[in-house]
Amino acid sequence: MSTTVDFPIHNPVEDILRMDRIPTIWCPGCGIGTSVNSFAYALLSTGIELKKVAIVSGIGCSGRVSGYTKMDSFHVTHGRAIPFATGLKLANPELTVVVYSGDGDLTSIGGNHLIHAARRNMDLLVVCVNNMIYAMTGGQAAATTPGAAISTTTPYGSFEPELNIAHLVDAAGASFVARWTVFHVKMLEKTMKEALSKKGFRFIEVLSPCPTLYGRRNNLADGLAAMKDYKERSKIRNGAPTHETALVQGGEIVVGKFVDRERPDYLTLMRQQLGANYHPLPPQPDENPEAGVAKEDCCSC
Amino acid sequence: MARGSVAVTTERCKGCGFCVEFCPTKVLALSSAFNAKGYHAPYMEDPDKCSGCNLCGMYCPDFAIYGYRFPKETGEPAEGKQQ
Amino acid sequence: MTHANPNSVLTGTHFMNGDAACCEGLLAAGARFAAGYPITPSTEVVERFAARTPKTGGLFIQMEDELAASIAIQGMVWAGEKSFTVTSGPGFSLMMEHIGYAAMTETPCVFVDVQRGGPSTGLPTLPAQGDMMQARFGSHGDYLTIALVPDSPQECFDLAVESMNLAERFRIPVMFMMDECVGHMTEKVVIPPAEQIPVYPRRRTTKKPGEYLPFAPGEDLVPEMAHAGEGHGLFVTGLTHDDRGYPLMNPAQQHKLVNRLFDKILRAADDLVMVEEEGMEDAEAVVICYGITSRVARRGIQLAREKGHKVGLMRLKCVWPFPEKLVHGLAGRMKAIVVPELNLGQVVLEVERCAAGQCRVIRLPHAGGTVHKPADIVAAIERGMA
Ligand code: SF4
Ligand code: SF4
Ligand code: SF4
Repeated sequence: MSTTVDFPIHNPVEDILRMDRIPTIWCPGCGIGTSVNSFAYALLSTGIELKKVAIVSGIGCSGRVSGYTKMDSFHVTHGRAIPFATGLKLANPELTVVVYSGDGDLTSIGGNHLIHAARRNMDLLVVCVNNMIYAMTGGQAAATTPGAAISTTTPYGSFEPELNIAHLVDAAGASFVARWTVFHVKMLEKTMKEALSKKGFRFIEVLSPCPTLYGRRNNLADGLAAMKDYKERSKIRNGAPTHETALVQGGEIVVGKFVDRERPDYLTLMRQQLGANYHPLPPQPDENPEAGVAKEDCCSC
Repeated sequence: MARGSVAVTTERCKGCGFCVEFCPTKVLALSSAFNAKGYHAPYMEDPDKCSGCNLCGMYCPDFAIYGYRFPKETGEPAEGKQQ
Repeated sequence: MTHANPNSVLTGTHFMNGDAACCEGLLAAGARFAAGYPITPSTEVVERFAARTPKTGGLFIQMEDELAASIAIQGMVWAGEKSFTVTSGPGFSLMMEHIGYAAMTETPCVFVDVQRGGPSTGLPTLPAQGDMMQARFGSHGDYLTIALVPDSPQECFDLAVESMNLAERFRIPVMFMMDECVGHMTEKVVIPPAEQIPVYPRRRTTKKPGEYLPFAPGEDLVPEMAHAGEGHGLFVTGLTHDDRGYPLMNPAQQHKLVNRLFDKILRAADDLVMVEEEGMEDAEAVVICYGITSRVARRGIQLAREKGHKVGLMRLKCVWPFPEKLVHGLAGRMKAIVVPELNLGQVVLEVERCAAGQCRVIRLPHAGGTVHKPADIVAAIERGMA
């Protein structure tokens, strides 16, 4: 049997990727790419027009996802993917806006934005790839690093308890909160699909191995070892109260869909409250006569 | 008799072994050969068992493998059919 | 150029403060969306905007901090809108990273800074002009920007329109440098009919997806823009990037990109000389000033003229880019240049550089909290003429 089967077979994941930028910069056994597969299948199965999807990332290994996806992608400053996405969504509500970023980016430097976007129930899907470490900068402790874990800035183990992100966003009012690991590719796909079809602030945490900077310091020699560890330690508990889902080192990894509540999102609430006082998008004069393109002609925004 | 097969883009593979480990019917193994970057890409050690379920593709972080089903009648690869 | 949308223009003669006039100017210039975070003495701008927007079809969102506000507006811009944020000293400091992001990603937007005394919390309710160098150099790395400085509520309107127009023309963040006095001063403001307010439209591409290179410079070195949702598959990053927008991190591309970001403004530097001159015909000395300080300078000049000194006034409406040639030429003809400012010496550094020793440059620093006394200006003029 040859190692390569070279049929004219089309992998649908490629429909959402910038193939001219593949291979990725991610390390062997890094789980970020695996989460992208689940996302790709979920997105494609919703039938949402790809040109109406925008992906926003902050800085970090997971922050590179936006750059590998073919949709309109924005790689913004560290921690600020959510507020950028907020502006994008508010000014063009037709867009499906997805924030795809890492735990350090979204919960530490960007933690304030996470809380407030959840509180506002901003209509965004936030995928938080949690590798429990600052990877891009070389393996420093993050807010999500489980207490006692070794990192380059906690050589004797971390002295801080870890943040339970699911609990935080639930408390702040998110419409939808779920957690999976990249071992759970199919469940993750299903949950992403469900979240994509819902309105409001939707948060999916995806545990993902960082063999290079987390695993090898914490008895998980490579990506595969981490995946097997996820398989062993995960327990599916849909609807689990989020305060029972903390991720402690070596403990149970509670996964599943924790929160799915109905709450009007920011724009819906605004329209409801303003009622007849709100005049959405009054006609603008021809915006670019030189180019001969009126706004209505070139897009429906 | 195999119901499917896999397409491997050897040069994208980083040899993580996810596909090998999580193939439900244990079709794959990592080759002893190296690709240009020095990684061992997978090959079908037991091709008859492949169902074309593409779980290997779902796990592959580097978009290097894709499992597809044969159409029932012809035994030829079917474009655009997956999952 | 096109003109303002009548929906957003409050044509007429008004009695309003500078903050309100600034808001009306930005609305007239086409901003329907804005984000901000409350900070004295700037908040009136967005308070008014929040009240005005439901009628103009946009919205104002109060974000959780200035970091969020200064990047949310950029999301609004990439969605196809014109946008701005408003702040004051401490908030301006927090926004610096996103001024750099806007410069790097060529995102047109306006940052309004209603200056107050600093450093740090300083004097929240009192004026200063201490952020002038920050407006030029505040974000890390190399970039150029444009900074306009109004000296009256009328100009808060006029120059706010101009700020947005320049942001669109060059695809840059423009700094609109007000101060507490100008912001809170109430005067007559005449807002012309919409069709008399020129508005620079978004430089949208007419190219089809596939043909369009989002960061390929046009003739004037400014790329055409497209927005999210139009099918171009944009990739926008703060990393050094190529014409497609893809990261390309090497010295050659860095050199090419950063130089272009400078050159697109430098090439047009002559268009950006915006000054008001008074009594320059017979002047032997000149007071170079900007913003609120120019109102005191006028009185000082009047008093100096009464004492027989031939002094003129040159008020900079656009401080960055600095009118180098103009000031250099002026220095060759003058005995002295007096530079009063509500800081301990910022724009005067540029005046000294451009004067290049041709004439005396008299610094007239002031730490802020109030304005200079006209007598201080007279004394400085006399020192220069002595
Ligand atoms: S450093 Fe860690 S998170 Fe980053 S690409 Fe490598 S394995 Fe993935
Ligand atoms: S397609 Fe399914 S059965 Fe075939 S190799 Fe891949 S995982 Fe195994
Ligand atoms: S999962 Fe992908 S990268 Fe990993 S060994 Fe298999 S084909 Fe290679």
